[in-house]
Amino acid sequence: MDVARSTAAGLEPGRAPGAVTGSRRDQPAMVQLLTEDGHLVPDDRFSDFAPHPEIYPSLYRDMFLIRRFDQESTALQRQGQLALWVPLTGQEAAQIGSGRAMQAADYAFPTYREHGVALTRGVDLPDILRLFRGTTNGGWDPREHNFQLYTLVLAAQTLHAVGYAMGIQRDRATDPGAEAAATVAYFGDGASSEGDVHEAMVFAASFNAPVVFFCQNNHWAISVPSEVQTRVPLSERAAGYGFPGIRVDGNDILAVNAVTAWALDHARRGNGPVLIEAFTYRMSAHTTADDPTKYRASAEEESWAPRDPLRRLESHLRATGIPDSFFTDLEGEATEQAGRLRKAVLAMEAPDLSHRFGTAYAEPHPLVQEELRQWQDYEAGFVPADEGGK
Amino acid sequence: MPVMTIAKAINAGLRAALKDSPATLLMGEDIGALGGVYRVTEGLKAEFGADRVVDTPLGESGIIGTAIGLALRGYRPVCEIQFDGFVFPGFNQITTQLAKMHARSDGMLRVPVVIRIPYGGGIGSVEHHSESPEALFAHTAGLRIITPSNPQDAYWMIQQAIDCDDPVIVFEPKRRYWLKGEVDLTTPPGNPFTAHVLRAGTDATLVAYGPLVPVALAAANAAAEDGTSVEVIDLRSVSPMDFDTVTASVQKTGRLIIAHEAPTFGGIGGELAARVSERAFLSLQAPVMRVGGFHLPYPVARMEDHYLPDIDRILESLDRALAY
Repeated sequence: MDVARSTAAGLEPGRAPGAVTGSRRDQPAMVQLLTEDGHLVPDDRFSDFAPHPEIYPSLYRDMFLIRRFDQESTALQRQGQLALWVPLTGQEAAQIGSGRAMQAADYAFPTYREHGVALTRGVDLPDILRLFRGTTNGGWDPREHNFQLYTLVLAAQTLHAVGYAMGIQRDRATDPGAEAAATVAYFGDGASSEGDVHEAMVFAASFNAPVVFFCQNNHWAISVPSEVQTRVPLSERAAGYGFPGIRVDGNDILAVNAVTAWALDHARRGNGPVLIEAFTYRMSAHTTADDPTKYRASAEEESWAPRDPLRRLESHLRATGIPDSFFTDLEGEATEQAGRLRKAVLAMEAPDLSHRFGTAYAEPHPLVQEELRQWQDYEAGFVPADEGGK
Repeated sequence: MPVMTIAKAINAGLRAALKDSPATLLMGEDIGALGGVYRVTEGLKAEFGADRVVDTPLGESGIIGTAIGLALRGYRPVCEIQFDGFVFPGFNQITTQLAKMHARSDGMLRVPVVIRIPYGGGIGSVEHHSESPEALFAHTAGLRIITPSNPQDAYWMIQQAIDCDDPVIVFEPKRRYWLKGEVDLTTPPGNPFTAHVLRAGTDATLVAYGPLVPVALAAANAAAEDGTSVEVIDLRSVSPMDFDTVTASVQKTGRLIIAHEAPTFGGIGGELAARVSERAFLSLQAPVMRVGGFHLPYPVARMEDHYLPDIDRILESLDRALAY
């Protein structure tokens, strides 16, 4: 299968679903509000949910800052300061666009690549690196940001998002005055093969839960292309569960933002779940342990370069008269952010192991308490460093 | 005090928990109108409604995964898994998510989910309906595992599990669901994560839990007829395990026999044997004996009588321990 050709076909806006050809159907229509060369295009269904032009610069700013954060984090991993890094370059519009569509009471359940969504939820960016530096498996207070901790087991969090949405639903049933809210379950095209995504969609449909499934189809599950994992466009799987599925140009932040705002509104109103497939591309490796040159053609990567999410919004902003100073100021802000990030990461140290003994269980546990005492006794047996010990 | 079966006691305990807090809800396959395959939730949907006693789609990972989400929202879900062998589709959610959420969040997030699993053999059933997988979960930090053996414990331990801020798996001995006993509905017992000495003795300590407790008591009675005094302990909590109570008993009797249905290799009995050996080596007059299942898939129903530990196998171990 010619992956480059099939993915390019999927980028043709406005193309309606066609007849089945062979084992694979034609690509569905894809929502787009901003063309690759930076021109606005109307959309009957979603234009009403599109972001106001006044916030375009802030959308661009978020994408710019998170890409720079990604670059710095990659560098920190190469310097040995992080155990691993999971790049997001190429997916900025999908993440910032969807994250900015959420309201404060909504709750996001991310995988491990949602750094852009974290930014929109107010997570302090260095905190994201605590997991990858190896000082904690968390890093922030999910309740403070309504942004759950990263989940490394693929798709497990999609069920948590459905359950949390069922909780919102119950709260609203007992207190109709309670604020309407929805959850967003993030996952990738690779994770869509996991059974938990299927069960999450079944449960969401069964209970009409206010959840938006947000699939970032970045086309590669490490080395396996999405075409191998699905015979039909992912957005069309929603029909099998009985709720709307929408493919959106994942590199078009205006379209992502509008479609997600629509879907969240749909869910909050009690109309049930929605699946959004953000059609995008992982421009870099799956993680810093990955080597995409071994499994995909550089021509494919080059074919996606003109669709860069930052470049197209930048083109639009420049065409509408945003001054150069906006971009140079942003460059300065990103550089300052990078410096702060490096400093923060180098200062991150693991807590004492006794902290782990204290958090394994919520309530006292005699075995853990006993093993803590044993470990402390063992540690106390060493000669202190200032007396020539370790 | 009323007399009821273990199944009715759990039903009454769930009813009390549902009345006690609107945050408590039950979820599982067929638990509503049917009342569960063992009728443990019978009548609860009619009393509390379909929103509190939730019939779910068929998906164990879905049940447990959505329960985690509900717990994050402040609810206290009680999940029913129909049979022991069907918990494995939910194993991932239990071990990688439920067990670790508190630690992963540095203590910020609590997921007080209860998972009820009818377990064990002796009912003449088919494949995957008779297993004892408790050791597979006990090996995972973050989970608590209890197993009542009588109606009194069944009534209270389910409520204590729901009250606990940690995830708790309640392994319910399905072949004892119809075992009757008195239940004190007014006096809450102590810590559910402790062992109980059911019968005092001086020559050997016999530890069992769940379905094997009545077998252990019968074995002790038989030994008494031969003049051997056996102390019987109901472990009640598989994780944490009450090493103190067992060690104190062994320091008195000098011998320890552990009986459970699960395969002996890598099982709960091995853990208890090792810990007691560390703590009371000089008190032991014989090696610790284990009586359990073989290293085989659970056998077909018409062979299970040869697999399940019975009075004679326990007495044979006792004889070997006494021979030292």
